Amino acid sequence: MKLTGAEIIMECLLRENVDVLFGYPGGAILPTYDAMTKYPQIHHVLVRHEQGAAHMADGYARATGKVGVAIATSGPGATNLVTGIATALMDSSPIVCITGQVGRAAIGSDAFQETDVTGVTLPVTKHNYLVMDVEELAYTIREAFHIARTGRPGPVLIDIPKDVQIASTEFMYPDGEIILPGYQPPLEANADDVDAATKLINQAKRPVILAGHGIIMSSAMQELRELSERANIPVALTLLGKGGFPESHPLSLGMMGMHGSAACNWAIQESDLLIALGMRFDDRVTGNLDTYAINAKKIHVDIDPSELNKNVKVDIGIAGDLKTVIRQLLPQIQPSNHSEWIGRIRNWQEDANQRDIIHAETNSTLLAAQVINDLWKYTDGNAITVTDVGQHQMLEAQYYPHERPQTMITSGGLGTMGFGLPAAMGAKIGVPDQEVWAIVGDGGFQMTLFELATAVQENIDINIAIINNGFLGMVRQWQEFFYEERYHATPMHNPDFCKLAEAYSIPSMRVTNREQVEESVKFARSIKGPTLIDYVVEKHDIVYPMVPAGADLHNMILRPTTQTDEE
Amino acid sequence: MSEQESTKHTIMALVENKPGVLNRVASLFRRRNFNVDSLTVGRTHRPGVSRMTIVVDSQRADVRKIANNLYKLVNVIDVKILSDKPHVSRDLALIKVRTNNADSRNAVTTICERYPARIVDIGTEVAILEITAQEDVVEEMINQLQPIGIVEMIRTGIVAMGRGVRIHDTEYESPLSAIGSHKNGYHV
Repeated sequence: MKLTGAEIIMECLLRENVDVLFGYPGGAILPTYDAMTKYPQIHHVLVRHEQGAAHMADGYARATGKVGVAIATSGPGATNLVTGIATALMDSSPIVCITGQVGRAAIGSDAFQETDVTGVTLPVTKHNYLVMDVEELAYTIREAFHIARTGRPGPVLIDIPKDVQIASTEFMYPDGEIILPGYQPPLEANADDVDAATKLINQAKRPVILAGHGIIMSSAMQELRELSERANIPVALTLLGKGGFPESHPLSLGMMGMHGSAACNWAIQESDLLIALGMRFDDRVTGNLDTYAINAKKIHVDIDPSELNKNVKVDIGIAGDLKTVIRQLLPQIQPSNHSEWIGRIRNWQEDANQRDIIHAETNSTLLAAQVINDLWKYTDGNAITVTDVGQHQMLEAQYYPHERPQTMITSGGLGTMGFGLPAAMGAKIGVPDQEVWAIVGDGGFQMTLFELATAVQENIDINIAIINNGFLGMVRQWQEFFYEERYHATPMHNPDFCKLAEAYSIPSMRVTNREQVEESVKFARSIKGPTLIDYVVEKHDIVYPMVPAGADLHNMILRPTTQTDEE
Repeated sequence: MSEQESTKHTIMALVENKPGVLNRVASLFRRRNFNVDSLTVGRTHRPGVSRMTIVVDSQRADVRKIANNLYKLVNVIDVKILSDKPHVSRDLALIKVRTNNADSRNAVTTICERYPARIVDIGTEVAILEITAQEDVVEEMINQLQPIGIVEMIRTGIVAMGRGVRIHDTEYESPLSAIGSHKNGYHV
């Protein structure tokens, strides 16, 4: 059957089980938008800015494990995607972006809305394509989805000139094997590495597992749990690893790193063996590399060989799929209780508990940590939370424990403000039967708040919690600690968020004291469709503990034990 | 600058002969802050497969890190560090020297006899010499020629191959070449 390029795109998307596209039309992609009318099985969500489309595709991908798809026109449409693509790359999120390009004859002529999109996105995609021949289109799309979802997942962009969308050819779906000689993600560990790694694990007196996003992407939760429980090895999570190991589990240490729990960071620094699984020793996780876990041997398992020995020199580096590799390790792991080690960690945890702000008496002010912990309580810890970037994000990581994978969605690597709202919308579309909360700061929210219109148009049932302190709080925190309290360019003069919601016909509520939090959750849950809660919180709050950038991981700034200490 | 002597490493990469591959490799080196000494690329005996020889100064980045990152590129089929083991490496230079008197002509002829070099063009004012040799031999001849007067020079950069039966090849042929695309032939 002869089909146009545009129809081939839609046919291929159908075969990739794509049920939703996040996009924005424009001249160079119009043939494809026209072809969409013949494919009602694929729903199109009209965003208000292409960055939103990329973040929605990303949120959808992280909540479902499927590939998210964003579509945009040439030039500005495509360049607006870039922040979203870079976000997906840093967090290994599988998305495919389809962009229109000017006609082939016009490429290179500085035509209207022409940008070298494959050039612009080259460093922020896992791979990208410019399809110059309609004959190559179907195969390219298939390859793109394969690359996006396999190995270390990531964003793939396909740039398609307008006349390639219009040209027609005999359509035959290339359902044979994908031949990519230079792309063979590693799967399993070799026997020698398995022996060496298990030997180290069995000898260790003070082991810690560092579990990252890879656990979730490889669906290795059960395997991780078996490994941890069999030898009583405590598990520290990265920000993106949250959900990979139940935080209510006695062996959970919570989050590691710059704003990680103090007990967790001390355990890492004192350990004699780090077992790093699907994480990449980011600088926010290690602090000063020269003093990072200096007495520990290190085993690192990651599907991306270029991550091994990148930041931290390891004793055993295994490139492979985590689920497979942990299964290879398990039979040789000897039971152990590590009771002395666990006891030391319990003492550190006790100290942290005493400092915890949750137990602090508050007069009349609402504290962000309490809001988030109450959200956890009243949503039974069972919601999907999608955060933005900043203090509220770190507080979410500390005060909203997650028990299952794909329930905590956040921009970890790139730290993209404006991610929260659109990503939450994408997540909700992906898993409509789950409760989704966008937890955002007043700063980040305003970077993409125009997507409220999309939420209304699509009636996306998300609850938006604005943790509103009238400041760019995390920057303010750095100014307080490291710039002698010169709060330049961090106070925010905000609109009335409830009135703003009203303009979009979104039900809203303002919360100024802790007693109202429960009611606000009930209110948000009672409404089918988007709701917005403006939590007006203490302006001068600080996220503790904090490892200053580049400092030793064990040298954290801790919250004073009582409020009077602080003054 | 450090007093330490720089360590050069030679990497070979088999790549799919597709548009933008050179750009992808160059972009990788730039964004990972790896230093390239020389990079050459050319066809192989397999349609659709090109081969790069990349010489890096690994004082700033571990050569294995570079190789791992190169291999991560989808269009890179295989990567090997050649300088780990015995290998043959060659650099080609075209050097234009001033030969406007008998002394200089004699000197050039003598130098060419001492090196794997030959005169490929000569006129009343200048001559073009061609040398193909290991990089240090090329350097040495250039130094010899300096006093005579080099007026123009171009070097190809290093191409290298492992010695013996270590064969770096691929069975791969582009699936797209089978359906008649890449009509424009060679692009990197």
